[in-house]
Amino acid sequence: MRWLFFRRLPGGNMNVVIKSQPFDPYAALGRYQSSLRAGSYGAMVSFVGVMRDFNEDESVSAMTLEHYPGMTEKEIERVCQEALNRYQIDDFLVVHRVGDITPNEPIVLVAVWSAHRRAAFDGCREIINELKQRAPFWKREQCERGLCWVSDNTQDPILKKV
Amino acid sequence: MQISVKYFASMREHMGCAEQKIEVSESLLTVEGLWHGYLSEGALPANTLVAVNMEYCDLSAVIKSGDEVAFFPPVTGG
Repeated sequence: MRWLFFRRLPGGNMNVVIKSQPFDPYAALGRYQSSLRAGSYGAMVSFVGVMRDFNEDESVSAMTLEHYPGMTEKEIERVCQEALNRYQIDDFLVVHRVGDITPNEPIVLVAVWSAHRRAAFDGCREIINELKQRAPFWKREQCERGLCWVSDNTQDPILKKV
Repeated sequence: MQISVKYFASMREHMGCAEQKIEVSESLLTVEGLWHGYLSEGALPANTLVAVNMEYCDLSAVIKSGDEVAFFPPVTGG
């Protein structure tokens, strides 16, 4: 167990959502934020990952995202719980696509609410970085050579310096 | 005891199936023992990740009856 204290989120909102159809991250963000108590947070930081039409100098026309149902949600919840215990985060939302995706479609939304910007920035960065390293998703791209499994995720440039 | 085994992404293609139910006789069996004794004659592909009951673990983890063991390549979400 990597965390010592378990802090429950208020409200019982659905914080981790896996979507098999395209979604609008900004509408999801607005809907979720409207469920939070007005005045209870002073900062919101969000990250939206979008599908590119290239990867390592090769053009990519489509992608399929596979996942491990059940473990994916559990692992993202573990990642978010660790961030909650490390930073002064009040609430979070993670939405992640699976299935067939085309360029320019959103893949992932991570949003973090906090009283102050530092915790919101730090929490959001940690959640997306840990999600990319741990959540069981696999990308398979339709590229010029045919169908290719993506073998590795890029690392956060800040983490590379450490 | 019966173990449920799942494979994802390139591991599924490597093994030729997505899921297997394995009947094992040992009472103290590790993930590594499951792989070599019941699943494959070859080595586990490099960088393969393992989860037991949807939690990451290493090859020395002991499995028990009814467990779900999953093998998959490095993850690439986000």
